[in-house]
Amino acid sequence: MTRQERNWLLVAPAGAWFLVMLVLPLSVVLVFSFGERGPAGGYVPAFTLEQYANLPARLTAFKNTLILAPLGTLAALLIAYPLAYQLAVRTDPKWKTILLVLVIVPFWTSILIRSYAWIFILGGRGLPALLEAIGIEGVRLIYTPLAVTIGIVYGYLPLMVFPIYVALDRLDKRLLEASSDLGARPFRTFLQVTLPLSIPGVATGCLLVFILLMGEFLIPALLGGGKVFFVGNALVDLFLQSRNWAFGSAVAFTLIVIMLVTVTIYMRLIARLRLGRDDAQIM
Amino acid sequence: MAPKASFAQYAARPQAGVSATVAELRSVSKSFGDVLAAQDLNLGIARGEFLSFLGPSGCGKTTALRMLAGFEAPSSGEVLIDGQVVNALEPFRRPVNMVFQSYALFPHLTVADNIGYGLRQRRPRLPRQEIAEKVGRALEIVRLSGFDRRRIWEMSGGQQQRVALARAIVNEPKLLLLDEPLAALDRKLRKEMQIELQDLQRQLGITFVLVTHDQEEALSLSDRICVMRAGRIVQVGSPQELYDHPNSRYVADFVGTSNFFEGRVDAVEGGRARLVTASGLTLAGRASAGLAAGTTGCLSIRPEQIRMTRAPEPESQAVTVHNRIFLGEHTEYLVRHETLGNINVLTPRQAEQADRGFETGETAHLAWSDAAALVLKND
Ligand SMILES: Nc1ncnc2c1ncn2[C@@H]1O[C@H](COP(=O)(O)OP(=O)(O)O)[C@@H](O)[C@H]1O
Ligand SMILES: [Mg+2]
Repeated sequence: MTRQERNWLLVAPAGAWFLVMLVLPLSVVLVFSFGERGPAGGYVPAFTLEQYANLPARLTAFKNTLILAPLGTLAALLIAYPLAYQLAVRTDPKWKTILLVLVIVPFWTSILIRSYAWIFILGGRGLPALLEAIGIEGVRLIYTPLAVTIGIVYGYLPLMVFPIYVALDRLDKRLLEASSDLGARPFRTFLQVTLPLSIPGVATGCLLVFILLMGEFLIPALLGGGKVFFVGNALVDLFLQSRNWAFGSAVAFTLIVIMLVTVTIYMRLIARLRLGRDDAQIM
Repeated sequence: MAPKASFAQYAARPQAGVSATVAELRSVSKSFGDVLAAQDLNLGIARGEFLSFLGPSGCGKTTALRMLAGFEAPSSGEVLIDGQVVNALEPFRRPVNMVFQSYALFPHLTVADNIGYGLRQRRPRLPRQEIAEKVGRALEIVRLSGFDRRRIWEMSGGQQQRVALARAIVNEPKLLLLDEPLAALDRKLRKEMQIELQDLQRQLGITFVLVTHDQEEALSLSDRICVMRAGRIVQVGSPQELYDHPNSRYVADFVGTSNFFEGRVDAVEGGRARLVTASGLTLAGRASAGLAAGTTGCLSIRPEQIRMTRAPEPESQAVTVHNRIFLGEHTEYLVRHETLGNINVLTPRQAEQADRGFETGETAHLAWSDAAALVLKND
């Protein structure tokens, strides 16, 4: 066996998986998106751009997704970074593992159950009732964009914490000493050394969370209560309820294209930001 | 805790009485949990000198250095810089810079940005132009002009070492601390860098404090060496003082190489001492400070102080040649004495030529002058 043959053999399983699980369904979606809805729902072959012309009907779903996904990513980042920093830089190594496990403990229960818990916390008899008790009346949380954002951040926080934690943990602590030795106050050391060297972790975390959020449907369904819905919810509706597969495919394909474009631009930007080769991990 | 003082405040004072001592350790101890890393260190560092901390791994050299840099606060005692107690002064306020053992260069910055890092932290800000000039000059000093736009990973180990040096000296610190800066370099490069370090120190007039476990490095570079053992300072002196007048067997052993013959100190008188070995051999030499008769001790004689002859001389010792290593200018012999055991002898080339040298298995006679031998306390 030549070296090249061996290489082919090694990538063959991944290649097969890629073909069957990604290329094939995507092709189906693309073909369906040019088709028509059958009389009893489903799909009838055709070649028409009608479905794409109909996209504005689902504009709100796209708007919500494109606003709340980046916003949720940003909120998760702002909460995850200090947490990861504390864990990686400030915590006694003895406690690190335990605290890290605590971060993922929520993952041991289904997101469905945890989101239901949030329905109660944010619902009328939860936080609003507490606020009422101290005199703040009329606060509505559940079924608002804020509720969805809270649910999103809560659900995806560990995915943001871990890559940032890894980047900060790998950071050579002597660089921080060197910075201090050269006259930088702690905050300037953070800005000039810690932050730039943790960019790869931040980039990975944001990418992971953003991509998953773009396809999210469970949290908006539960905490948005049909008022705040994502493209994911529109797809559930189109494929499972109204059985309009052709339009559903057009919506799905549009989402994929939007994602490809944003992620490509994002990767370009990050590549320009990341100058040190030492941190060419993870991504 | 001492009040937080800024160094700028201090430096603003008139420089009327610039003292000869730039830094000082006063009864400084440091413990990590129950590990006593430094115990009762007392040391003055003279302005402009090249001082080395020398000792085996784990003896507390780095700890001493880190207390000068401000990364560790002493458990007790005082650290002074320019006459001011700085125990509680953070590293970023100290007019001191360090060259780290692993260099600790910033991987996300270019060579020039690494070197200019310290200058960019100054408040009030230095003009961009001035920073660029200073960085350029520092690059020139370490002979890296033209490398300014390079990335750290594009530099070899020796070049990284020079970047680390430039990054420190560009700030014109009152004290440059170097923690085993050459340990990671190969032997040839290390020799070159030693010479560069020494030139640099003379050229800049900055006080250098070097940590090393390499006695050769300490001997060749330093104005003074501070020998440490298990957290304590054992002896401080010029390389020659330490070599010729070690105050303990530990120093005699660590600084240079020596032969030691153990025995009982029989008599101490007028700076001279007599030692009787277990087998009854009487040996004489200079008495080291604090030596008392009646205690156990040892006689130390350097290999190059021993003469080796074919014919017996008065008070010479008969030995058998066991091994011979040709070193070019010198020949090193390992000889065996009936009761004193193995002895190292280093003979210069000239003596060799006159005498054709000794073959393995031959009998030879060793002699040395009493003034070259030193009787030391055992420790
Ligand atoms: N941060 C620390 N925590 C605990 N022990 C330490 C720490 N730093 C140094 N030590 C201990 O102090 C002693 C002296 O260490 P060090 O100053 O690094 O020695 P050297 O530089 O001479 O090799 C060693 O026993 C070391 O294990
Ligand atoms: Mg050390």
